[in-house]
Amino acid sequence: MASRFPFYLLVGLLFLVGTALSIHRHMTFDIPWLPGEQRQTWSIEARVDFVAQGEEVLASLAIPSTQQGFTQLNQTAASPGYGLSFVERDGAMRAEWSIRRAEGNQQLYYRVDMLVDPYAIPSLPVRPPAIRVNVEQEPFATAANQILERAIERSATPYTLARELIAEFGNQRQKAELLAQQKSKSMWTVQLLQQAGVPARRVHGLFLEDGRRRQQLTEYIQVFDGEDYELFNPETGAQGQPHNLLLWQYHSGPILELMGGSNSNVSFSMIQQEQPFNIALSQKFADNQLLNFSLYSLPLEEQALFKNILLIPVGVLMVVLMRILIGIKTSGTFMPVLIALAFIQTSLITGLIGFLLIVGTGLLLRSYLSYLNLLLVARISAVIIIVIGMIAIFSIMAYQFGLTEGMKITFFPMIILAWTIERMSILWEEEGPHEVLVQGGGSLLVAIVAFLAMNNDVIRHLTFNFLGIQLMLMALVMLIGNYTGYRLLELKRFRPMLRDDHK
Amino acid sequence: MSEVIEKQSWWQRLAERYAHPGRLSRMGVLGMNRRNISYISRYNPRRLFPLVDDKLKTKQIALEAGVTVPELIGVIREQHEVRDLAGIVADCAGFCIKPANGSGGKGILVITGQDDGGYHRSNGSIAGIGDLERHVTNILAGLFSLGGKADVAIIEALINFDDCFSGFSYEGVPDTRVIVFQGFPVMAMMRLSTSDSNGKANLHQGAVGVGLDIGDGHALRAVQFDKPILLHPDTGLNLMNLKVPHWQTLLELSVSCYEMSGLGYLGTDVVLDRFQGPMLLELNARPGLTIQMANGRGLLPRLRQIEALGKKNRMTPSQRVEYAREHFSERN
Repeated sequence: MASRFPFYLLVGLLFLVGTALSIHRHMTFDIPWLPGEQRQTWSIEARVDFVAQGEEVLASLAIPSTQQGFTQLNQTAASPGYGLSFVERDGAMRAEWSIRRAEGNQQLYYRVDMLVDPYAIPSLPVRPPAIRVNVEQEPFATAANQILERAIERSATPYTLARELIAEFGNQRQKAELLAQQKSKSMWTVQLLQQAGVPARRVHGLFLEDGRRRQQLTEYIQVFDGEDYELFNPETGAQGQPHNLLLWQYHSGPILELMGGSNSNVSFSMIQQEQPFNIALSQKFADNQLLNFSLYSLPLEEQALFKNILLIPVGVLMVVLMRILIGIKTSGTFMPVLIALAFIQTSLITGLIGFLLIVGTGLLLRSYLSYLNLLLVARISAVIIIVIGMIAIFSIMAYQFGLTEGMKITFFPMIILAWTIERMSILWEEEGPHEVLVQGGGSLLVAIVAFLAMNNDVIRHLTFNFLGIQLMLMALVMLIGNYTGYRLLELKRFRPMLRDDHK
Repeated sequence: MSEVIEKQSWWQRLAERYAHPGRLSRMGVLGMNRRNISYISRYNPRRLFPLVDDKLKTKQIALEAGVTVPELIGVIREQHEVRDLAGIVADCAGFCIKPANGSGGKGILVITGQDDGGYHRSNGSIAGIGDLERHVTNILAGLFSLGGKADVAIIEALINFDDCFSGFSYEGVPDTRVIVFQGFPVMAMMRLSTSDSNGKANLHQGAVGVGLDIGDGHALRAVQFDKPILLHPDTGLNLMNLKVPHWQTLLELSVSCYEMSGLGYLGTDVVLDRFQGPMLLELNARPGLTIQMANGRGLLPRLRQIEALGKKNRMTPSQRVEYAREHFSERN
């Protein structure tokens, strides 16, 4: 006997790779093991108010894109009469509205949906700003330099320097107040950091709180250490990005640039939404060109198609289990899987009634064909036409009676039905109605079991999201193909053999 | 307390209906899965299957090997040859028409005699030449073959049944199935048709299976629909009185099919002709498991005993028959 080692190695390998792939997807793409999990998304609306001066207007608003912690799902802008485009400038995204002539109060709306996503991959790389050193007038220069020197003494790294600078502004109140006459504290901090050779800039973030309206952006200081950066609160010196802080404008540049208007103001309102993770994920991957092997990158229609295709191995596994471990007879090896696929489209009860109706009527008509003594291919072709005719008639009848459910009968695979009728009919003639009931009932039972498995939410979720499951199913099917034990129904069949031993 | 009783009765009911796999295994009962994996796919090379699935090929290799088979009257391969049917059978009193690739006894038409009125079928009805031609057309179209592929019709001489089985079989042909494993006859059974089986010798259609002692061919047990019985359901004869004559010749005929076909796990169907003795009817590369129930014995111990012999000590066919009659008999 040949060694079974390579076989078990292959099965083990398939199983391991399948498990590893699934775990990898769970970890890197944040896909939950169970369906129905919700993902938090934020809908944020920015409203730009200004007074137009009766000439051409160009408004350019900084807008957020996918960043650490948040994935941008979709964005819209509403503003009657204005032309709109989303442009990238200096490594940052901006929404630009333009109009030839406008007068009076104007409102522009920009709305974006952000998914809370710890695995977000920033769409635009974060680059440190170029270092620029301003020469300041006295007495500001001296005061600033003193604060900087003190902070440099107490610090070791760019981050500690930033922290010490902010703290120093608190300690040396008089100097701070002097400096504040010229520019804001955060501007001074950034400038002094630049002066010390540390790339830094001011960024604007939005604190996300459910249901808030008319919010303003909060200023933060972004300090770079090589490629890494940290955010600092310019008031408290606290380091790090609060989890509910969305960076709105995080490249050099103003939040709003306005030409042809005055008295501008930007305010924000936001609501939190819970979305099923799969909707959130399809939005996330919809325009993601990254090399990620995910079905979510396909168009929705193909996704729906794949959802069913990836279920077939589950149905096939059920057939394997029922035939090899239990020993149920079916007519046609995988006919039950195809019937189960049709049940998914029609729902179980409608599908069962439709199936029995078509096969039953088909058997009646087929028994007449027996008398005509036709050649096989012609006879099956005739049965196919009969099946199509029956489906058409039943659909029309169902529609006339107002049973729209009945229309779903068209989902049945017609060729398969024709072969089923042919096989059952021959079985009836040769082995009698009992065998037809056994095999037909067995097929339906397996089809129902396959349907229940394939229609299960958890299984649908797993097969669609974790392609590794397919390898595990493969390993399982191969393992069952190696089973030499008794089938369940054989235990019943061979039962009379044991009775003698008792006596 | 009541729960315990209920549980027991539930468990007893289960044990009443289902055999414990451990006990079946201790009896050495061969299951379908093990038969397929450990015997059929291991000992029967796929390329040899057509030899047994096609009865015409079986007949040809049997004739070459000198194995006794029913006389071949004619073969109809094409639709246009169907018109020649009346000419082919003109000189035969009794004959049967069967598909070369039929399975499970499907499509076999038996004519016991012919006169001016037409052809007398075995079930008593009379058929015209048109009916026979239609039957042949159906065979050619593949009505009875696996997968519906085009087939060939074989016309062969009727077997003159040995009278020794009269009363044991209802209408049809009693035949003897012998499982031949690597050239050793390991288990045998006689299949008797009944009114339930419509004169067919198929066990799942209701024929009676009688287990036969490999040692001398006498009846051991009988089953119908997988249940033990003692009397023939139609004729009421005690099945335990059955004893197959020409036993040595029958076993030797079966065993020679191993060399002839090359199949290591084989079912041979043999009938007894009044004049020519045992005749090979057909071979089966996937013999069923009911033979174990008819014998009340599992196949596995005997199969393993043969496997343990190994290929080293090659025996002649008659030595193998001798070995089997000695070791697999219930008498000792």
